[in-house]
Amino acid sequence: MADTLIPPLTIAGRQMHSRLLLGTGGFPSLELLAEAIAASGCELVTVALRRVDPTARGSLMDVVAEAGVELLPNTAGCMTARDAVITARLAREAFATDWIKLEVIGDEDTLLPDAPELLRAAEELVDEGFVVLPYTTDDPVLARRLADIGCAAVMPLGSPIGSGMGIRNPYNIALIREAVDVPVVLDAGIGTASDAALAMELGCDAVMAASAIARAQDPVAMARAMRAAVEAGLLARCAGRIPRRTYATPSTPELGLPDFGGSPARVS
Amino acid sequence: MIVVNGEDSDMRAGEPVAAALARVGLDVRARGVAVAVDGEVVPRAAWETFALDGDARVEVLSAMQGG
Repeated sequence: MADTLIPPLTIAGRQMHSRLLLGTGGFPSLELLAEAIAASGCELVTVALRRVDPTARGSLMDVVAEAGVELLPNTAGCMTARDAVITARLAREAFATDWIKLEVIGDEDTLLPDAPELLRAAEELVDEGFVVLPYTTDDPVLARRLADIGCAAVMPLGSPIGSGMGIRNPYNIALIREAVDVPVVLDAGIGTASDAALAMELGCDAVMAASAIARAQDPVAMARAMRAAVEAGLLARCAGRIPRRTYATPSTPELGLPDFGGSPARVS
Repeated sequence: MIVVNGEDSDMRAGEPVAAALARVGLDVRARGVAVAVDGEVVPRAAWETFALDGDARVEVLSAMQGG
C-alpha cells in the first residue's frame, strides 16, 4: 500500500498513508459503506453520535471494525460550544478516542461554522486533552487562531456541506496552507474527483469527502476516483507544475526543421 | 419524571443508569455507547451505581452514520 512518492500524513503523532478521510453519512446501506471504505483506501472515517435507535439494523461499529479503519467522531448538529463540548466528551466515552472532528454550526441553511462558538469549544477541548480537528470556514485568520490554540489540524470548507460546489475560494485555501503549520484537510463542498485533486494541488494535506461519495450514483466507483484524485493532486503538487503562459511554447525543438519549399512563409 | 432519549418514562428516582439503558434495549456491556445525565457524562464504570434523580434527563447515544 505504501507509495514512496506519497509521503505519509501525520496528525497528532498518528501516521496515515491515505490522504482521504471518509464520512460515513448518506450511504444507502452499510454494505455499500463497507465497499466504499475499501475502495477509498481511507484509514479514518467519521461517525456521529445520536440517540440509540432500538430498531436500527446492522452495526456501524461492526462495519468500521471489520474494515480495520479508525473512528473520528464528530459533533455534527451542535450549534453551541456547550453542546459540542458535551458531545465530544460523550464520543470519548463511547469510542475510547481523544480525537474529535469539531463542528459548531451557526446557520441551518448553509451549515456554515459559527466562528466564536467554534473557537470557544476548540479551546476547551484542547484544554481537556482532546485531539481537535475543527471544521472551519475558509478564513486564513480563523484557521491560524484555531492552530494557535492547539488544534491538531484545520479543516476548512471548500463550499457548504453537501453542496458539491467544489472549492469556491482556492486563494483562501492556499493562504490557509501558508498560515498554519498543522495539517490542512479540505472538508465539505467536494463534488467530484477534480475538486479533490485541486485541493491537494493547492497545498492541502488531505481531503475529507462524504456526500460526494455516499450520494454518487456509484459510491464505490466514486470512492476509488477520490482516492486516485487525492494521490494525483499530491503528486502533481510535489512534482511542481509549469507556469501558466499566455502564448505557446513549442515542445518540439525548431532546430533541424526541414524546408520542403513552396510552403507558406513561416510566421516568426 | 425521568426522561430517556426525549421520552417520558415510568422510572423512579434512585434507579441506576443501567435501568435507562434497558429501556432502549441495551445493557451495560453495549459497545460504542455513551450516557449523559443532565448534560454530564456518566462513565461506563458508574452505569450500575449512578442513581438517577426523579427529574433526570438521560441521553443514551451511539454511533450513527454521519459527517
